[in-house]
Amino acid sequence: MPNPTANENTLLSANHISIRFQDRQILNDVDLQIDHGRIVTLIGPNGAGKTTLVRIILGLLSADSGDIWRAPELKIGYMPQRLQIESTMPVTVKRFLKLTGVTDPVAIQTLLEELRITHLSEQQMCDVSGGELQRVLLCRALLRKPGLLILDEPAQGVDVSGQAELYQLISKMAEQHDCGILMISHDLHLVMSATDEVVCLNHHICCHGKPEHVSNDPAFLSLFGTTAAENIAVYTHDHNHSHDLTGNVVNEGKKNSG
Amino acid sequence: MADFILYALIAGLSLAVVAGPLGSFVVWRRMSYFGDTLAHSALLGIALGILLGINLQLSIVVICLASAALLIFLDQQKTVAIDTLLGILAHSTLAIGVVVLAVSNTAQINLEAYLFGELLTIATVDLLWVVLSSVLALVVLIVFWNQLLSITVHEELAEIEGVKVKKLKYLLVVLMALITAVSMKIVGVLLITSLLIIPPAAARQISKSPEQMAILASLLGSFSVIVGLFVAFQADTPVGPSIVVVATATFFTLYFFPKTNPLKR
Repeated sequence: MPNPTANENTLLSANHISIRFQDRQILNDVDLQIDHGRIVTLIGPNGAGKTTLVRIILGLLSADSGDIWRAPELKIGYMPQRLQIESTMPVTVKRFLKLTGVTDPVAIQTLLEELRITHLSEQQMCDVSGGELQRVLLCRALLRKPGLLILDEPAQGVDVSGQAELYQLISKMAEQHDCGILMISHDLHLVMSATDEVVCLNHHICCHGKPEHVSNDPAFLSLFGTTAAENIAVYTHDHNHSHDLTGNVVNEGKKNSG
Repeated sequence: MADFILYALIAGLSLAVVAGPLGSFVVWRRMSYFGDTLAHSALLGIALGILLGINLQLSIVVICLASAALLIFLDQQKTVAIDTLLGILAHSTLAIGVVVLAVSNTAQINLEAYLFGELLTIATVDLLWVVLSSVLALVVLIVFWNQLLSITVHEELAEIEGVKVKKLKYLLVVLMALITAVSMKIVGVLLITSLLIIPPAAARQISKSPEQMAILASLLGSFSVIVGLFVAFQADTPVGPSIVVVATATFFTLYFFPKTNPLKR
């Protein structure tokens, strides 16, 4: 069990978080700490409580027990898993970004350039494609100059070649804008090289540490299987497996084929 | 111009102006059945107001708010789907309203006037209610515009960015109850929602921003009120339905006129 001790670099720490929905224990005594400038990746099988933990950290949900400590004045930028703008609402990308309350055109323009999506600024949100939409969402998250960026499966719905690029962009932006990152990701092989710490969650924290350490951990292997571990270890771009509901690897090549 | 025409015009226009932005939210947030339910419960408000001998506008607002609160409560139980709940509340409040009217011994009550509106018999005090409520609602909408847009686009993002999501959602419900209550006189229970959703839906066809859509909806609504009133006088047709017919015509004109419609794919 990790027992994080906050230091002056700590942006946020979750301590002894537990929550149950009806009779199901979703999180059990979970600890998590994110330090300044670090990238923490949360992995775990479907239904392991990853999104629930993130929602608690964001303050959208309150835990049954445990507490969240945030650095004073900490601003959190959040990039949701998906965002569906109803086609009934006409709204351009630029107007969407201004919903943050940040209306400085220079700040918006600069960030659009950094993310290489200047061409989208006058486009309607409902016309923006999946990969571009993720960049727009990242832009919105960064616009408020957050100290901590929280991303929930940022590459979902992005094609395979775009995924690697998006993850590179995310870590580059985090570095440039000097913010820590907490992200949920299934794309182990893509995120591991950039990750400082991996936290493997399955209702409780199974194991955590550096990617190479976690990939050899028996708890990790029992959750994700050896193929996933090899993917981390050798950092291949091989997309020939996917995980079934319990997190075991199934060799059907479906998950990333679209 | 005769007073009653002037009164009808002022009441209709102030409602049309506020219905632009408010109705846009109804369209964006898919609240049109919710609006219908509020409108139906307004009849119960009238019935209870007559039975208890209190101010009708006030009793309508109170009953509308009570129905909205009941709806929100029942929806949180998650045992019955929201469209079923809306149907139950809309029709039961209408039915109870009619039954209460029947037993309240006021033979002179004209049910049709409440169902379809009677803009031309609007009294000075009613006019005051309509204008003041519209101005109030418009000011509130303008002040909270950006935040209301934000919660409509993505509630969680808005909350993380510090917007008080729940309070704003309740605020929107209160505004809808208020505007529903005061527009009873103008278009009646059965047509209130149409004034809220048809102009924004028409404006959507030629808008590129939420602000454009709201303002255009106000203009199209005002146009419908003016032309509807004119038609009603010329052809001696009922005013409320005439306004809605004109609004519907603007909607279909914009909908099927592709050259003015760059956003439609």
